[in-house]
Amino acid sequence: MVRQTQAYRVSNPVDINVASASGAIQTPPRGANLETRQDNVISIINLNVYYGAFHAVADVSFDVPKHHVTALIGPSGCGKSTVLRSINRMNDLVPGARVEGSIKYHGHDICSPRVDPVEVRRRIGMVFQKPNPFPKSIYENVAWGARINGIRGNMDELVERSLRQAALWDEVKDKLKDSGLALSGGQQQRLCIARTLAINPDVILMDEPASALDPISTLKIEDLMRDLVRQYTIVIVTHNMQQAARVSDQTVFFSLNERRQGVLVEASPTRELFTNPRDQRTEDYITGRFG
Amino acid sequence: MKDGFVGQAAAPGVSPLAAAPPAQAALDLSGAKSRNVSERLIGAFLFACGSLSILTTVGIVFVLIFETIEFFRLVSPIDFYTGTEWTALFDREYGVLPLVSGTLLIAVISMAVALPLGLMSAIYLSEYAPDRARAVLKPTLEILAGVPTIVYGFFALTFITPNLLQPILPQTEVFNALSAGIAVGIMILPMVASLSEDAMGAVPRALREGAYALGATKLEVSTRIVVPAALSGIFASFVLAISRAVGETMIVVVAAGARPNLVPNPFGQIQAMTSYIVAVISGDTSVGGRVYLSLFAVGATLFVMTLALNIVSQRMVARFREVYQ
Amino acid sequence: MSAAAQSRDVLVAPDTSSRLRRREVQGRVLRGLFAGATSFAVIVLAVLLLSIVLDGYDWLSWRLITEMPSRRPEEAGLLSALMGTLWVISLTAIVALPVGIGAAIYLEEYAPRNWWTRILQTNISNLAGVPSVVYGLLGLGVFVNLFGLGRSVISGALTMALLILPVIIIASQEAIRAVPLSLRQGAFALGATRWQVARHHVLPAALPGILTGTILALSRAIGETAPLLVVGAAGYIAFNPNSLTDQFTVLPIQIFNWTGRPQDDFKHLAAAGIIVLLVVLLGMNAVAIFLRQRFSKRW
Repeated sequence: MVRQTQAYRVSNPVDINVASASGAIQTPPRGANLETRQDNVISIINLNVYYGAFHAVADVSFDVPKHHVTALIGPSGCGKSTVLRSINRMNDLVPGARVEGSIKYHGHDICSPRVDPVEVRRRIGMVFQKPNPFPKSIYENVAWGARINGIRGNMDELVERSLRQAALWDEVKDKLKDSGLALSGGQQQRLCIARTLAINPDVILMDEPASALDPISTLKIEDLMRDLVRQYTIVIVTHNMQQAARVSDQTVFFSLNERRQGVLVEASPTRELFTNPRDQRTEDYITGRFG
Repeated sequence: MKDGFVGQAAAPGVSPLAAAPPAQAALDLSGAKSRNVSERLIGAFLFACGSLSILTTVGIVFVLIFETIEFFRLVSPIDFYTGTEWTALFDREYGVLPLVSGTLLIAVISMAVALPLGLMSAIYLSEYAPDRARAVLKPTLEILAGVPTIVYGFFALTFITPNLLQPILPQTEVFNALSAGIAVGIMILPMVASLSEDAMGAVPRALREGAYALGATKLEVSTRIVVPAALSGIFASFVLAISRAVGETMIVVVAAGARPNLVPNPFGQIQAMTSYIVAVISGDTSVGGRVYLSLFAVGATLFVMTLALNIVSQRMVARFREVYQ
Repeated sequence: MSAAAQSRDVLVAPDTSSRLRRREVQGRVLRGLFAGATSFAVIVLAVLLLSIVLDGYDWLSWRLITEMPSRRPEEAGLLSALMGTLWVISLTAIVALPVGIGAAIYLEEYAPRNWWTRILQTNISNLAGVPSVVYGLLGLGVFVNLFGLGRSVISGALTMALLILPVIIIASQEAIRAVPLSLRQGAFALGATRWQVARHHVLPAALPGILTGTILALSRAIGETAPLLVVGAAGYIAFNPNSLTDQFTVLPIQIFNWTGRPQDDFKHLAAAGIIVLLVVLLGMNAVAIFLRQRFSKRW
């Protein structure tokens, strides 16, 4: 991981509290990392998420560099999944959810009302905590997303390529007509990854993709992520610090402030965050002193 | 692609398969126009489907109010709501109270049948019944609920009256309120049983276990813990059942006769609001005439009564849900 | 008193044991009472079916479904009523099905959580409780007289469609709500539009439940008499409907008509008619149960 020379922004916790109290939108301290901006696929700037009257996420800002795995970690309920779901506008589907601030995707603010969430989601795919294949055949599971997105051409080839990329082809190539629900949990999750790959996304969001799986399946998914990051940009939420340390290049640590709002504590290259955390709270969490 | 890269970041731009970043200028996230138009059209159609039910309500209310106002031009509402004679077809006396009392008599008799039996069935099904008994009882109740009301009317007229009532109570007439009321009670019994059972099923296990831990018997848990805890849900089912009995038509038309009476005799004929409507319409009534309009005045009264009962029932269910869900 | 009971007496107050016994006896008696009350339903159903079969069995013959009604009971049949029921129910289904399922999709998949949606939902549950005879008055006032459709098949079918619409909507909503959220999320995350999610994933998954609810609603409509009487289905129609504006009769109305006649023979004929009606309904319910079993989902 020696290549990671970009300057990572670290949000100052004091600033966060001030900003959320006043409600002011601040320009994040951008520093002298102009030359690396081009490599950020996504820049989250002062993100606030509300569920009804509940202020779930307060003033979160960080960048997602291209062809990197960015891991979001933190105690449960700290808003890391909420932040992830904001990136492909899945929060639109939650009644009462409201997002403020901006999420720049290649410079376009995807939170803008002029942006069609459908367009966002076909570029920023998502894999969920619990494998959720469609109750269709394995083939259809992969082909469906491509078909509704108007991808034409040799569908058999696309299905095979996607399944190969997801390291599932050898296990299912003889039973493509079988139901996706007949697969094991780990295979189902890789099927869900394959169907996401089939629509050729730019970014893949993964919400605790291995938390419902056994250790061997988990390992396969982790291997797969390292494989995929050469072509894609990956953001993963995980509650498992070892997993974050194993697979990610950058780690973003979230915590709860005294008002039970999710705040960003530290965003650093993974090795740095785990070996030399800048914030006391990060250190408490990774050393297990935090409950 | 299959050689692992675990723990090692691939250099961006090095991988030959790396997708080129979408050109900034070409990136348009506003969505395809044609797709958005068809999505919006479908959305509008579905919205219209959802809103059609409002039109139904508006239609019902409009028709009832409009024709009732016409009727009240000919017959004063005071006479209508306080009059004690209903002889619409002969002497043109339009006092609705005899029809209301006929309806209430049917409701009272049917509830006397359905309420105790329904509640006891619900307790049995929810607290006692072994799976094998449930497998028989639940479908039976469903079938009973699905029997057309004309069949119950026929049953009341040709079985309950001659074979059950007349042998015991010789003063019973061929058409009588009692047999109709019993049949209505049988018809609403499944509703009382299944809704009350649902309410009892929603009572948390912990509550039952708490009582068992204190040494209570099954009976004590059922009647002193579960039933009181589910009470508002049970009452809601009763109120809904009353509303159903008030609105029931064919059983009363077939089995209870057609003689309105302010002080109805359960062993003799009565006329309920619903059966008046059907009795009149079956004859030839001229559209817009006094008798025709009286249908809507009676219908409006019936509608308001059942609506009030339904709203009360919904409120009770809502309160019950608040407590347990 | 057994040794076991005695040893228990040492632990508890002496009179508790007899009280406990009384409570247990009480429990057993009431348990019997509850079971008896529940079996009442079974007995009633058995008696009802038996009495009707005994009344009508001798009158059951093919003539019943091949002949028109007649003033002579031995020649009378149900043909026009069967055809009328077929016409009315088919039209009812054609109108009520798309609208009802569309409304359910709207309420579950599209509707924002606002005052209008709350009004729609409350309104639908209130409509489900409106007496059927009031729907008849609606049909009489609007379809028969205001729209000038007369006492016709189409007036009856539209009235019936409005009557069963709330039932279809509520049943479809329940079926749609049972489709897991994760399925929708998976589809949305692939860039599917709302309609694509509803059409390709939610509807197929909910279809068995929707069909079951719809068939039950239609079988309720087949048994309904009062609203069609009010709309003006006639008791005595000796021809089959040929167009939407023809006069008509339906099975339950023909049965009602026969029930009301003084001659005993017609009572038997009515019982035979009820058997036919119940067989039709039983068939539809069997289909509904089959669908529910066959396609019950495995999540």
